[in-house]
Amino acid sequence: MKDDQRFGLNAHVKLLGPLALDGGGSLAPVEIAYESYGTLNSDASNAILICHALTGDQHAASNHPITGKPGWWTRMIGPGKPIDTDRFCVISTNVIGGCMGSSGPETDSGDGTPFAMRFPVITVRDMVRAQALLMDHLGIAQLHTIVGGSMGGMQAMSWAATYPDRVKAALIIASTARHSAQNIAFHEVGRQAIMADPNWRGGDYYDGGKTPDAGLAVARMAAHITYLSEQGLTEKFGRQLQNREAKTFGFDADFQVESYLRHQGLSFTDRFDANSYLYITRAIDYWDLAEDYGGVLASAFRGTKTRFCLVSFDTDWLYPTAESRIVVKALNAAGAAVSFVEIASPFGHDAFFLDVPEFDRVVDGFIRAGGL
Amino acid sequence: MTELRPDLAIIAANIAPGARVLDVGCGAGELMAALRDDKGCDARGMEIDAANVSSAMMRGLSVIQGDADVDLADYPDAAFDYAILSQTLQTTRRPDLVLEQLLRIGRKAFVSFPNFAQWRIRVSLMWGGRMPVTQQLPARWYDTPNIHHVTIDDFRGFLKERDVQIEGQWFLSGDKTTTAAGANLLAEHAVFLLSR
Repeated sequence: MKDDQRFGLNAHVKLLGPLALDGGGSLAPVEIAYESYGTLNSDASNAILICHALTGDQHAASNHPITGKPGWWTRMIGPGKPIDTDRFCVISTNVIGGCMGSSGPETDSGDGTPFAMRFPVITVRDMVRAQALLMDHLGIAQLHTIVGGSMGGMQAMSWAATYPDRVKAALIIASTARHSAQNIAFHEVGRQAIMADPNWRGGDYYDGGKTPDAGLAVARMAAHITYLSEQGLTEKFGRQLQNREAKTFGFDADFQVESYLRHQGLSFTDRFDANSYLYITRAIDYWDLAEDYGGVLASAFRGTKTRFCLVSFDTDWLYPTAESRIVVKALNAAGAAVSFVEIASPFGHDAFFLDVPEFDRVVDGFIRAGGL
Repeated sequence: MTELRPDLAIIAANIAPGARVLDVGCGAGELMAALRDDKGCDARGMEIDAANVSSAMMRGLSVIQGDADVDLADYPDAAFDYAILSQTLQTTRRPDLVLEQLLRIGRKAFVSFPNFAQWRIRVSLMWGGRMPVTQQLPARWYDTPNIHHVTIDDFRGFLKERDVQIEGQWFLSGDKTTTAAGANLLAEHAVFLLSR
C-alpha cells in the first residue's frame, strides 16, 4: 500500500459516476477530496470512515492547508489514540457540496466556469452514496466502523440504513434522525444573511471580485451560538469587557463574547465558501431518515446486523439527548445491538471536538469491541 | 469466569444457553459478560450511571444509559427470552410498573432483591428502634438508594395479586442458599424467576 497513490494525505479522485441524486438529476464526474491515515490491511477489514460536520472537511488529523491549524479531530485520531492509526486505516472525506476539493458549487461545471448555484441541491444520502463510490474505488467492501458527529452522525445513520452490509459498526455522536423546525430556522437565518449580502450576487462571485464574507460571517456567528452552551459561554466570557475598563456606550465589541463571535465569523470566511454553506445547510434541513421508510424510523434499521453506539452531551441544545434517544428507541425496536450514553460536559454541541476524557473512553471501547 | 455476586451466579446458572437477555440495572456488565462468554447469550443492558455504561462498553457489551422507571417503555413486547432486574427493584420509584414492563419485554423475568424481613434487620429495628444499617443494607435512611423496602412475603403476595407465576425461587444467606420455608426470616436475598 506504501506506493498506492490512492492512499495518503491530500488525496483527490475524479470518479466517473454518474451519481443519481435524491432531488432528481445526477452528478458526473464525482470529485472527492479525502485523506487516509494508517495502512489498509490485506483483507481491507480495518477501515474506519470519518464523517465530518457541517463546516468540517477531510483534514481531520492533518494540518489544514488554509489555516495551518491542526485538523479538527487530531485529539481523537492518531497512533495510540481512540481512533488508532496504528491498527486502522482511517479515511476522512470532504462531502460533496463542500468546498475543500469535492464536487460542489466551487468546482468546474464542465464549461470552464464554477457551478455556483447551478450545482444540484443534494441530500445527506447523496453525500453517503458519493462516499460509497470512493470506498469502491479504494477496494473497501465493508467498514470496520463509521464515525461521525452532528451532520457526520447523520451520514453514519444514512450509511447504516442504505448499505447495512457495508457497515459493521456505527458510532453516532451528538446527532439526530431528523432536523427539527428550530434547527431549520437557525439554518434559514444563516442562508438569508448570505443572500442579503450584496456581494453574493446570486452566487456568481467566483470572478475574483468581492465575496459575501459579511453574510457568511453572520451565518457562522448565529450558528456558532447553537454549538455552545449557556454554561460554557458564561464560564468562558460572562459579561467581561474586551480590552477595556468601561463600557463605551457605542456599538463596538464591548463584550468579550461579541469579540469572540466576530472573530469566529471572520476567520470562517477564510476557509469556507458561502455557496457551500447554502448547499450543506439545505442538505441537513432535508434530513429526515424516517421519511424514506414510511415515517417509521425503526424500518430504516430493520434486520440490521450493524453494531451501534450513540453518544449525546448533556449541555447540547442543538441536538439534545432526547434526539439520540429517539434513534435508540428505533434501534431497539429493530432488535439492533445498540449502546447509548449521555456524557456530562459544559461544552454544548461542540463537546465532541473538545477535551472530554469520558467520551474518549467510550469511543475507544466501542471501536475495540469490533475486534482487530 | 470471574466470581459473580451470589444472586447473579444463581441467575446465570438458570439461563438457557443462547438466550436473548436484557439486564436492567446491569452495572458495569459483569453478568452480561458472563452470559455472553459462558453461555453464548445475546445480552443487552440498561444502566443509569454513565461511568458504568462506558465500563460495560469497554467489555464490548451493548448497554443503553437509561432509567428503569422511564426507559423500559422503549422496548418492544417479548423482545427478550429473559429480562433481569437484580438488586434494583427496591430502588425504583414504581416497582409495580417496572415489574409489568419486565414481564412485557421478557418472556420470563429474573428479579432479585434484599429481604427487609431478615432477622438481623428485625432485631435491629425492634431493639434499636432505628432504621437498620447492616452489612446487607449498609446505607443510612437518608442516603440509601433503596426507597421501596420489600420483604419476601410482601413480594409473594404482590405476585399472587397480579397472577404472576413463580417458575423458580432461590434464597441466600451470605453466599449460601436457604430453604423456601423459613426464607422470610432467614434469607438476606431472594431471587425469583417469573412468568405470566
